[in-house]
Amino acid sequence: MSAVEATADARGGALNDWLRERISHALSEFTAATALVVLFVALSFASPYFLTADNLFNIGAQTAVIAIIAAAQTMVIITRGIDLSVGSVAALAGVAGAMVVRDLGFPLLAATAVAIGVGALAGLLNGLLVTVARIPPFIATLGTMSVGRGLVFIMTGAVGVYGLPRSFQLLGNGEIIGIPFAVVITVLVAVGVAFLLSQTRFGQYTYAMGSNLEAARRSGIAVGRNLTYVYVLAGVLVGLGGMIAASRVNSGQPNYGISLELDVIAAAVIGGASLFGGQGRIVGTIIGAFLIALVRNGAVLLDISIHYQQVIVGLIIWAAVYFDQYRRRRLESRG
Amino acid sequence: MATAATATAENDKPAAGDPPVLEARGIVKRFGHVEALRGADFTVGKGEVVALIGDNGAGKSTLIKTLSGVHAPDEGEIRVGGRPVHFATPVDARRAGVETVYQDLAVADDLSVAANLYLGREILRSGPLGRLGLLDKRAMRQGAAAALAELGVRIPRVTTPIAMLSGGQRQCVAVARAIIWATNVVILDEPTAALGVVQTGRVLDVVRRARDAGMSVVLVSHNMPQVLEIADRVEVLRLGRRAARLRADEVTTDDLVAAMTGSSGAERD
Repeated sequence: MSAVEATADARGGALNDWLRERISHALSEFTAATALVVLFVALSFASPYFLTADNLFNIGAQTAVIAIIAAAQTMVIITRGIDLSVGSVAALAGVAGAMVVRDLGFPLLAATAVAIGVGALAGLLNGLLVTVARIPPFIATLGTMSVGRGLVFIMTGAVGVYGLPRSFQLLGNGEIIGIPFAVVITVLVAVGVAFLLSQTRFGQYTYAMGSNLEAARRSGIAVGRNLTYVYVLAGVLVGLGGMIAASRVNSGQPNYGISLELDVIAAAVIGGASLFGGQGRIVGTIIGAFLIALVRNGAVLLDISIHYQQVIVGLIIWAAVYFDQYRRRRLESRG
Repeated sequence: MATAATATAENDKPAAGDPPVLEARGIVKRFGHVEALRGADFTVGKGEVVALIGDNGAGKSTLIKTLSGVHAPDEGEIRVGGRPVHFATPVDARRAGVETVYQDLAVADDLSVAANLYLGREILRSGPLGRLGLLDKRAMRQGAAAALAELGVRIPRVTTPIAMLSGGQRQCVAVARAIIWATNVVILDEPTAALGVVQTGRVLDVVRRARDAGMSVVLVSHNMPQVLEIADRVEVLRLGRRAARLRADEVTTDDLVAAMTGSSGAERD
C-alpha cells in the first residue's frame, strides 16, 4: 500500500489520535493547573493576608526552592529513578555555602559555587552508586540522605551557621523590579532544564533510559555515563536550591529540608512525571511546585498545624500516583 | 528425500560465488557445564530470508545472541561478508551492519515512533547548535515518515508515542527500525510470537519488502507454516549443531519437524 493511501486510510482516526495524544500528555498538567487556580482563588477568599504583596513575594520565594529541586527530581524520576537525598544535600550545600562566607570570607558568587559543587559531588556519588555499584536508586539515595544529614550535623555541631553579612540574603530575599530574585533564577533553571529535556540528545536519552533501559543500552547509548550525568545535574540544582533556602533565612541550617523529598516528589508527580519512568515535563513540575507551596502557605495562613500539612501532602501524593497509574492503564489498554 | 540432497549441496544459493553476508563456523558456547552450542554453523546469503528453527533448547537463542554480539563465542568464527569479525557488544554487531530485533526489548514505549527509529542515532542540528547536542527533530520526523512509507508500515503519525500503538504496529516499527539501519543482515527473534493473524501478516509484509530491496533476513520462529511461507531457506539447529539446511520450496512442515527432532534422513553433521 502506498503512503498516500495509508494516510487517507488513517485520516479518520488521525484527528482522534492527535487529540488523545495531546490530552494524555497534558492532562495531568491541566488538572494540576486547575487545582492551582481553584486553590489560589479559595485562599484569596479565606485569608485577607493571602493577596498581600509580602505574602505573594513569600510564596514566590518558597515556590522557587521547591521548583528548582523538583526540576532536579523530575529528571531523576524520568530515568525511573528517585532521589531521596535532596533534603539533606540541600542542607549540606546551604551550610557549606554559609560556612565559607562566615569563616573564609568568600564572596556570595564563590559561596554559591561551593554550594553547587557540594550538590554536584553528592549527585556524582548517587550516580556512581546507581550505575557502578548497581544499588537501586531508592536505596542508594536513602544512604546518601542519611550520610548527608550526618555530615551536616558533624560540620556544624548541630548549630546553625549565623553571623552572615546582609548581602548573603540576595538570592533568597533580593528582588529585581519587585520580582523575587529567586523567582528569576527559577525561571532560568526551568527554561534551561525544559530545553535540555525536550530539545537535546541528552534529554532524549534521559527519557529513553527511563522508558526501557535495556533497549537504550542495546541502541548503543552509554547508559551508565548518561545516568550519572542526570544525577550530577540534579545535584547541581539541589545545591543551588539549598543555597537559596539558606539565603532566605540568612543562615545555614543543619536541619533544613527534612522531608523536603516528599514535597518535590509530590510536585513532580502532580505535574505528570511518572514514577515508572519515561514521562515528565518541567512545565508540569513547576505547576506542581507552585501547588505544594500554596498548600504550605495556605495552611500557615489558615493556622492549620504543620502536622496536618504533612497529612495533606501525603494525600496529594496518593492522589497523584493513583492518577498516574490510571492514565497508564488507559493508554496501554489500547496496545 | 529432497531434503537430504539439498543439504549436501553447499553452494546452491542464488549468490553463489559471493561470500555469505553472515556466516558462523564451528561456534561453541558454554554456560558453566552446559554446552549450548557445540560447533554450530550458520549461513545467510545476500537477499535471502533464512529461517532458523529448532526445538526448545536446541541453541537458537544462544546462536542469535552470539550473532548479534550479546554473547561472545568460546570457540568458532563469525564472518561478515567473508571477513572475520569479533563482536564484544551489540554495538559492534550493529557497526558491522547486523541489526537485531529482540523479542520484547525492542522499543521505548514513552518515546515517539520517530524518536525510536533514531534512538542512539539521533540527527543533530548542523553547526555549533548540533555540537551542543541539539536535536534536528524535523529531519528525524521526515526521515522516519519516508522510511516507514517505503516499508509499507502504517502508523497514524511518527510523533505518536509507541505506547499508543497496537502490538502489531509496535512490532512493525521495531522491525522497520532494524531494517532501516542494517546494511547487511536483520535478525528477527520471534517477531510475530505475540501477534494476531492480521498483525502477523503486516510484519511479514515488511520483511518481504526488505528482502525485495536486497536485505538479508534471519528469522527465528516456531511457526512452521509461517517459516515455509516467508523463508527462502531453512537452517535447522539440533543439540547445539546445524542439523539440516533446507530449501523452503522443497519441503513440508513435516520435513521441518522431522529435521528438528532428528527422526529423518535430513540429519547431518
